[in-house]
Amino acid sequence: MAKNSARDIEVKAFPTHHVITQPNPLRKVLRRVEEKDMDDPVGRAEQALAGLSGEFKDWMAIEAGRLVTAYAAVQKVGFTKDARDELFRAAHDIKGDAATFGYPSAAVIAESLCRVVEHAPDLAKVPAELFSHHINAIQAIVSENTKLDSISVGSELSRRLRKVADEYLAHVNRDRPEHLEAVLAPSIVPGE
Amino acid sequence: MFRIDFNKLRFLVCDDNPHMRRILRTLLHSFGAREVYEAEDGATALEMYSHYVPDIVITDWAMPIFDGLELAQMIRQPESKGNPYAPIIMLTGHSEKRRVTVARDAGVTEFLAKPISAKGLYQRILNVVASPRPFIKTKTYFGPDRRRNTNSAYMGPERRVGEKHEVMQQPSLLDKARSSI
Repeated sequence: MAKNSARDIEVKAFPTHHVITQPNPLRKVLRRVEEKDMDDPVGRAEQALAGLSGEFKDWMAIEAGRLVTAYAAVQKVGFTKDARDELFRAAHDIKGDAATFGYPSAAVIAESLCRVVEHAPDLAKVPAELFSHHINAIQAIVSENTKLDSISVGSELSRRLRKVADEYLAHVNRDRPEHLEAVLAPSIVPGE
Repeated sequence: MFRIDFNKLRFLVCDDNPHMRRILRTLLHSFGAREVYEAEDGATALEMYSHYVPDIVITDWAMPIFDGLELAQMIRQPESKGNPYAPIIMLTGHSEKRRVTVARDAGVTEFLAKPISAKGLYQRILNVVASPRPFIKTKTYFGPDRRRNTNSAYMGPERRVGEKHEVMQQPSLLDKARSSI
């Protein structure tokens, strides 16, 4: 779909800024239809996603394996920038994907791990058990194939790990207000 | 009622995680999209952006080397030869207030927190198709108007001045249609 030409774009100048308006270049894809002709794209997409779900267990195992590998690299070379970044990305991907894959407790634990990596002032001083407990818990949830996640054990495990991690982060950031605020602030983004 | 002709839209999806790319591709194809281009990092996405001229960009944030934030900043170059106005939907595991603000200030049009849902993605696409916002250019910002609502009780600092003229909303097709029903 072509973008608007320069002559379609209207620019109004103000002392500190310009306001740029243009005809909506995507308006042609919006069609008015009768209710009886309205299909259900969201329902269709949810069905297609359900069709993929047979692969989620394998995908989750791959993501958990990546996290283990990333932490093994940290143990080997320390928190170099590359090792730290890969550990964060591996945990961050699980945080984002695990609920979709049917492992919501793993997502909560991965989020807790992300917060430790992001907000601990000195990663080398973080007790190794704090990392290993998070990673082992994710591995256990994945290897038990949601058995842990489908009952209260998974959510209790994730709740306790998050509590321990939050207490640690609140303590080590007590003199770093910006981080402390981020640690204590709730998410503001709705999922839908 | 309105239906989006997804088969007329061209998407560029950028995510380093192959599983998430597969999920996004599945969702977009299920909506009816035919043209879905995929990149696994920001640099490749930028090349594909210039080459394929997508209508909508969907990008992850956390990626190695060249992340989604940098991709948004590169696209939002007002003097660039490419199209700096394309809607950018940031799909990310980041959901902290600070992160949302940073993404907004990089020119991101819509923010969608993971875990992804078909409904959430469809709603963001509907927003950018049916209710585009005007663009604002200042010394430090170029991107969609960050003021989604006019708040008469707002007491904080102003990023820009210009009296009431600065509030110039592009008409929303959905609003126009609703008022005509």
